[in-house]
This record gives sequence, structure tokens and C-alpha cells, in this order.
Amino acid sequence: MSLSVHFHGTLGQFALDVAFEAPGRGITALFGPSGCGKTSVLRCAAGLQRLNGRFALDGDVWQEGRTFRPTHKRSIGYVFQEASLFPHLSVRTNLLFGHRRTVGRGVPEHIRLDDVVDLLGLGHLLARSPEHLSGGERQRVGVGRALLSQPRLLLMDEPLAALDRFSKEEILPYLERLHGVLSVPVLYVSHDIAEVERLADHLVLLRQGRVVAAGPMQELQADPTLPIARMPEAGVTLPAVVAGREDAYGLTLLRLDGGHLFVPGDLGPQGTARRARIAASDVSLARNPPEGSTILNALPARIVAAERQDEVQMMAVVALGEEGRGARMLARVTRKSWDALGLSPGQPVYAQVKGVALVQESL
Amino acid sequence: MSWQPIILTLELAALTTVILLIVGTPLAWWLARSGAWWKEAVATVVALPLVLPPTVLGFYLLMLLGPNGPGGWLASLWGARSMAFTFEGLVIGSVLYSMPFVVQPIRNAFEAFGDRPLEAAATLRASPLDTFFTVAVPLARRGFLTGAVLGFAHTMGEFGVVLMIGGNIPGQTKVLSVAIYDYVETLQWDEAHLLAGGMLVFSFTVILTMMMLEKRIGRGGR
Repeated sequence: MSLSVHFHGTLGQFALDVAFEAPGRGITALFGPSGCGKTSVLRCAAGLQRLNGRFALDGDVWQEGRTFRPTHKRSIGYVFQEASLFPHLSVRTNLLFGHRRTVGRGVPEHIRLDDVVDLLGLGHLLARSPEHLSGGERQRVGVGRALLSQPRLLLMDEPLAALDRFSKEEILPYLERLHGVLSVPVLYVSHDIAEVERLADHLVLLRQGRVVAAGPMQELQADPTLPIARMPEAGVTLPAVVAGREDAYGLTLLRLDGGHLFVPGDLGPQGTARRARIAASDVSLARNPPEGSTILNALPARIVAAERQDEVQMMAVVALGEEGRGARMLARVTRKSWDALGLSPGQPVYAQVKGVALVQESL
Repeated sequence: MSWQPIILTLELAALTTVILLIVGTPLAWWLARSGAWWKEAVATVVALPLVLPPTVLGFYLLMLLGPNGPGGWLASLWGARSMAFTFEGLVIGSVLYSMPFVVQPIRNAFEAFGDRPLEAAATLRASPLDTFFTVAVPLARRGFLTGAVLGFAHTMGEFGVVLMIGGNIPGQTKVLSVAIYDYVETLQWDEAHLLAGGMLVFSFTVILTMMMLEKRIGRGGR
């Protein structure tokens, strides 16, 4: 754990008191509804806003008591919701704005202009004015500009929220690639669970200025008591590796922790790492191995927990593998079936996966 | 007809504009960014010359610069009796008189781009001073252009204040507007025509050039 965050104070209408730790690598998403204070936490981390509290990165204290390091002395990269490029500078000079002030003054260069240009596909934009870029292009330049200032911490404030769906889809793959190559921790603010599931490794759930839960994303996703399990799109995102192919049927076999899954399409050569998203509503449970069913994937698992969601639905958590030691998945089943099958925690079941809704690259 | 008043006027306007840009820029920045509750009072003082009759301003300046005011005390340091009826006094008067025309456009320009570019610069390791010169000033360049041109042009045309504190000393305080007045008083119509017409053409050219430049800057950068 190398990012230690605690801020408290009054923010307009409500009191904010947010404390969490985040790992020194990977993307930690601050997730919650609009107005829950997540952007304020990010601004406080950047020193753009000041609340009481403490902030330390790798034991380096940026704020504590009277100590408050001003923004321009913090080794951060900040990506705003609107790219906020400097309109009087070209794309290239925008990209190099922070670079000149860090590498130009002796900070070691971890990432070069060429790397950023390749990573984010900016080659053809360098000579242009930010005025003549699309929303998605502008945001890519904003990300590149932040990276080139050689930050030790990258802060992203809903970088996709101001984009239309098309631009969002255009930029997401770049962010996923970034995730693979970046060695610095990222705090990523978002209110879009789909975005968070594609990108984040860790999750901090916020509600009205408080932390509801914090931890590795898969753990939180598979906790039926948390509000994210109540969302219609609840599900889990599991790391997976391509284990084989069945070319005659156009299928790829993915290995998960504790089981295997067939998914349609070619997902790359054996050993390729992927992220598989399995929605709770795409998983049904059976007591016996299914026969005469068109469902391709029926994975042995054990029920580990269950939570009644409303009058109709139950949310069950199953752990893959006959012993129930593998990855956890959510299954949304009706209470009627639950009672009819006499299901309860501890029982072995077969988790039938009707679809892997989203399979994304994760390098 | 003598060229002296024209040259003197240009000197006065140029010097006044330079001083106003140096003094007015930090003032405009403070007015745009400060959260002080009394800043609007300061802004009002700056704006007063817009409303006050020039003679009122001139009267107070005369009190200020005359032998019994602080200006007189200042002048005594270099052995003069008073700063009224001197070129220096005229510069001070012009700076105060034209200040709103320079400060207001620059302040507006500073306010127009909001906090975001400054925050972005800070996250990219630019110190406040660095940010001011590399982000704020370039983004406000339209305001600077407008302010400089208005300040220059306005100083060229001032009359009331000059009459009160400058008098009519050739080569010292006899500027264009006073010279025209003089010619009319003495019924020298041809000379008056020439100077007045020249001012008309000058003003027209200045404003037209400014509008065209503004348009170009507007297209070029922002």
C-alpha cells in the first residue's frame, strides 16, 4: 500500500470524510453517484482544493497538519473532464508543457514524447491547434500531456464523461493499453460502472462523502451486500488467459481461476491475458450437471453467500471449482427457483454462464 | 503651424500607455483573481474617471500635484516648486485618467478564461509566476491589445485634465487638444482644421486597425 489518503471537512451541503489506502500500482477507481465528493477527493490529492487531512505517496507526505505542498510542487499528472488544453499552444507544445518543467530541470525521463505519441496515436496531430481536434483526440492529448510531466501519481477526473459514446469507445482502448504499460498508480474518478469495470483494479466506493467499501475490484464486485451488487448491470470482471481454441466452431477457451469458459471469437494466441466480464443476470444455477441444454458453459462451483435483493430476486455468490476455491461470480436468480431447488450457502452447484458480456484486453 | 504639440502628444500617450501596462496588469490580475471583499471598491476608484467630469479630476490632481500637495513635496526633492504645469504632472494625470480604459479590458480578459487553464498549468509543474507569463498573459492578449490601444487613444484626446493641471506651455504641456482650442480661440481656422482633421483620421485608423487585429488574433489562437 503506498497511497494513503484521508480528507475531511465540509463541502457545501454535506460533510466529507474519506480515508483509504491504495496500492502503488494499477488503477484505483473512486466510484459513486454524482455529488458524492469523489472529484473533491481528487482535487485535494492534487492540492487544487484544500480540506483538512493527510495525503502521502510512498511515505512522502504532501499534506499533514500545516504541511501543504502546493500543486506545482506535487509530482502528479492530472487529466480533467474537459481536456483543458492550452488554446494558444500547438498540440506538441501542449504535450511538452510539463515535460519542459520536469525533464528540462533534471527529473529522470521515464516516458518520452515518442512513447506517448505511439501509445496514444497522436502522430498526425502534433502540429495542429487544440481548436481543431475532436473531443476524443483532445482528451488523448490531455492524457499524454499529463504522462509527459513524468508523474509519480496520475489523477483522472472522469476523463470520458464529457465525451459522446463514439469518442468514448475510441479512447477506452488507449486507456486500457496505458494500464498495461504504466508503472505509476492511478486514481480514476468515475460514475460509470462499465468504465470502471474495464479499467480498474481497485475500487473505492463513495457515497455522500463517505467510503462505503474499498478493496480489490473483484472482491467488492462479488460482495452481495454492497450497492453495486444491486445495480441492474451487476457482475464481476475476472482475469482470464486464453487456454485453447476450437477453430471449427470459432470459439476460444478461456481459463479462469477455478474453471474454463468458451467464448465466441478469436481472442489471440494461447497465453494472452484478457478480462472477462460476467454479468449476474447472465449466470443461472443448477444442482446437477445440465444435460440437453444449449448453454455451453456450466462450471462446477459452490455457493458461498446469498442475499435477498427484493421480493423477487436473490443475489448468490458462487466460487468456482468443486471445492469452491476459485474466482467468485455473482448469479441473480429468482427467489422462487432458489426455494424450489433448496439452495443454500455451502452447496455445490453448476454455474451456467449464458454470456460473457464483455471481454477486454488487459495487458 | 508647429509640429511640437503633435510630438508632445505622442510622447505623452506612449509613455502613459507603457506605464499603464506595467501598473495596470498586476492591478487587473488582482481585480480578476482576488477574493478580497473590498476589491470592488478599488475597481470603482479605478473606474471613476469614466464618470467624473475631467475638470473635477483635474481639480483634485491640481491640489495633489501643486506646491502644497504631496506632488509639490515630491518635486521639492529635485528642487522644483510643484508638479503641476509640468510634463511629469501631465503623465501622472494621464495615467489616472486613462487607467479604466486599460485595466478594464485586461481584467475582463483575465476573468474570461476562468480557473481551469491556471489549474492545468499548476498540475504541470508551472509556478504561479511561470503560469502568469506563459498561460495567463498569452490567453489575455486580446485584452492587452484593446487596453493598450484604448489607453493610447484616450490619452491623445484628453483635454479637460490637461487644461487644469498642464496649462498651455509649448513643448511642456501644450498637447494637441489644447493646441486646437488655442487655434480656434485665435481664429486660426486652417490650423485648427488641419489638427482636428488629423485627429479624426488618426482615431478612425486606430479603431479600425484594432478591430481587424482583434479579429485576426481571435481566429489565430483562441
